[in-house]
Amino acid sequence: MSPTVTTSSEANGNVSAATARAAASAAAVQEATGPQAITMAKALNTALADAMQADPSVLVFGEDVGMLGGVFRITDGLTKTFGQQRCFDTPLAESGIVGMAVGMAMNGMRPVVEMQFDAFAYPAFQQIVSHVAKMHNRTKGALKLPMVIRVPYAGGIGGVEHHCDSSESYYAHTAGLKVFTPATVADAYRMLREAIDSDDPVMFMEPKKLYWSKDLVDLADLRAQHAANADSGTSSEGKAAVARPGTDATLIAYGPSVPTALAAAAAAAEEGRSLEVIDVRSIVPFDDETVCASVRKTGRAVVIAEAHGFASVSSEIVARVQERCFHYLAAPIRRVTGFDIPYPAPKLEHYYLPGVDRILDAVDDLQWEN
Amino acid sequence: MTISADHSAPDRAQRLPAEDAVSEAVRKFGITAEDYMLPAHHQIEMVGPDGRLKAESEQGTEPGHEYPLPADEELLAAYEQLVVGRRVNDQNSALVRQGRMAVYPSSHGQEACQVAAALCLSAGDWIFPTYRDAVAVMARGVDPVEAMTIFRGDWHSGYDPAKHKVGIQCTPLTTQLLHAVGVAHAAKLRGEDTVVLAMCGDGATSEGDFHEALNFAAVFHLPVIFFVQNNKYAISVPLSQQSVAPSLAHKAVGYGMAGERVDGNDVVALLAVLDRAVKLARDGSGPLLVEANTYRMQAHTNADDASRYRPDGEVAEWLAKDPISRMKTYLTDRGLLDDGDARIAAKAEAVATQLREGLSEDVPVDPLELFRHVFSAPTPQLKEQSAMLADELAREASPEEPTK
Repeated sequence: MSPTVTTSSEANGNVSAATARAAASAAAVQEATGPQAITMAKALNTALADAMQADPSVLVFGEDVGMLGGVFRITDGLTKTFGQQRCFDTPLAESGIVGMAVGMAMNGMRPVVEMQFDAFAYPAFQQIVSHVAKMHNRTKGALKLPMVIRVPYAGGIGGVEHHCDSSESYYAHTAGLKVFTPATVADAYRMLREAIDSDDPVMFMEPKKLYWSKDLVDLADLRAQHAANADSGTSSEGKAAVARPGTDATLIAYGPSVPTALAAAAAAAEEGRSLEVIDVRSIVPFDDETVCASVRKTGRAVVIAEAHGFASVSSEIVARVQERCFHYLAAPIRRVTGFDIPYPAPKLEHYYLPGVDRILDAVDDLQWEN
Repeated sequence: MTISADHSAPDRAQRLPAEDAVSEAVRKFGITAEDYMLPAHHQIEMVGPDGRLKAESEQGTEPGHEYPLPADEELLAAYEQLVVGRRVNDQNSALVRQGRMAVYPSSHGQEACQVAAALCLSAGDWIFPTYRDAVAVMARGVDPVEAMTIFRGDWHSGYDPAKHKVGIQCTPLTTQLLHAVGVAHAAKLRGEDTVVLAMCGDGATSEGDFHEALNFAAVFHLPVIFFVQNNKYAISVPLSQQSVAPSLAHKAVGYGMAGERVDGNDVVALLAVLDRAVKLARDGSGPLLVEANTYRMQAHTNADDASRYRPDGEVAEWLAKDPISRMKTYLTDRGLLDDGDARIAAKAEAVATQLREGLSEDVPVDPLELFRHVFSAPTPQLKEQSAMLADELAREASPEEPTK
């Protein structure tokens, strides 16, 4: 069940097995002070460790998350630091993992479970839809399920079939689940801490092709921000971010598509077009305010997502924005999404994934006057 | 919260291999591992359909599968609950016919299983019932009307599961067994001696979560008792089309846990087997599987027609094995009942009255509550939708108001 990263395509930001190993060892490097170039994997790992440190009821479990540290090394070192009772391997059964987490959350714990890959989470679907999402509602709030289900998702890593699904729409469609997806290293830390703090169950969708992306971040500063927010009861939960300001059109993206949207905006700038990029961050709840403020300002929008477009988060975003911003729009909202086909084999995935050119083509179609 | 972070010496109790538990049991009982895990050759039965206590040689016991007779007080408490349970079942079925409840999956005929499952546990223990286990839920102390809210139709769960340590009556089959495993796991990590009893039926043993729950409980060595009421039918499909295992209790050995079969209409044998299972689990044996051989006397629900798939003769045969009449005979013959029967009948009638009144009451519903509990706090989207419904309601309430 381990990932076989077989191909490497620089153009799509793909990673090879060698860079995966490098990322893993980078995650193990001792933390330094001040802003450091760290990977999203390291930020997630640090968020888990900090949450476990802060609250003894936080438990981490799943497949290969113990001694191995997870196939993506996100749980690296947690068993060593916190012991086998706090971070442990389970039998290989996803419904079992999620169902057991439900019982633990009913009985005072805050479990954070890992689904090894997007498509491996499907055996847990009944537990997620029938129990995780509904427990709070069916008991009129008597039972809270503070649990996080981490799902490495989406493609761009040259993975073979069943390793690259964009499954966020299934969860977003289910009432009672929060669905978060970070696109930056700092957000990975911030949002995972907030997901673990949440009294509601959170599907935490981790764009696996960004695990080894690096940003300059100060983990000590993020930690301090989190503590300050916890003290003051504030939080950035449910808030979208303006990832790049612009004036001519808005690119709305989330997770793995945010860097692609930023690259498209950079390319457009060279051609004299100013694109604003919105990073949705929280699919549920959705930040209508930030997204619509941007579209009202620019009057044009393209929604970008790796997932199939049909009946998806991207179609929901188009519908919401259209309902709220119709009179501000100079052109119909366009979408650049995955095609409505099963996720392609590694050598074909670059045809499927939204890329800079396809985004710029869509922007060109937004009925410009000159 | 005391969870050890001692990683140099992982807690043996937490990661104890199943073989160690079995070899401990083997030492304790002086039998082989296989004989410990496999059910006895015959189901355990103590009081027969005629209400007579069987000779010890006929109780199905074997070395390592020995069951002392439960105390008289426990049997009297069980009998009281049996009578109340039968009354609850029949009152609820009547309320469905009268249109007071949407549906009621009756455990008529299975009351001994219901009562034993509830009575074998201590106050701090948890139980995870199915939709057919309302009698067990009430026997654990949940208010009868709160227990029936799920079928009354004004909300889903009518009680707080954590307060009563009773899971919501579960419809998706065997999903609740994993919740039982999680509750037991959390308790164990905190060093509590909680035992969890998880209920399911014979058809449910075909589900994947049955397998995952038993395996997780065994691997993590958790004090969970999986209690299968084999009532012979999954709606219309007989057990022979669910499984060709020698018995459902035999499935235990595949997980490295002990299994046992018991006459599911004999509350004496049920209590003997379950009491011992609870004690073993609390003392660290790991999980156990108990199969109760019983019969669903009525249709699956009021919407089902059992005459389409099973012969009347079969039902008549099981009528003669009724769990309540045999218990009444047994207790009367032993002189334990005296005039208690009238008191118990009065108590059962009081519960029935409570159900009739509680379920006939026109409970006011608040449509805006629909949005209140989806999350801990409503999202902006749910606030919008709630406001929309509130506006609709306001306009309905005063139709003469101009809408523009």
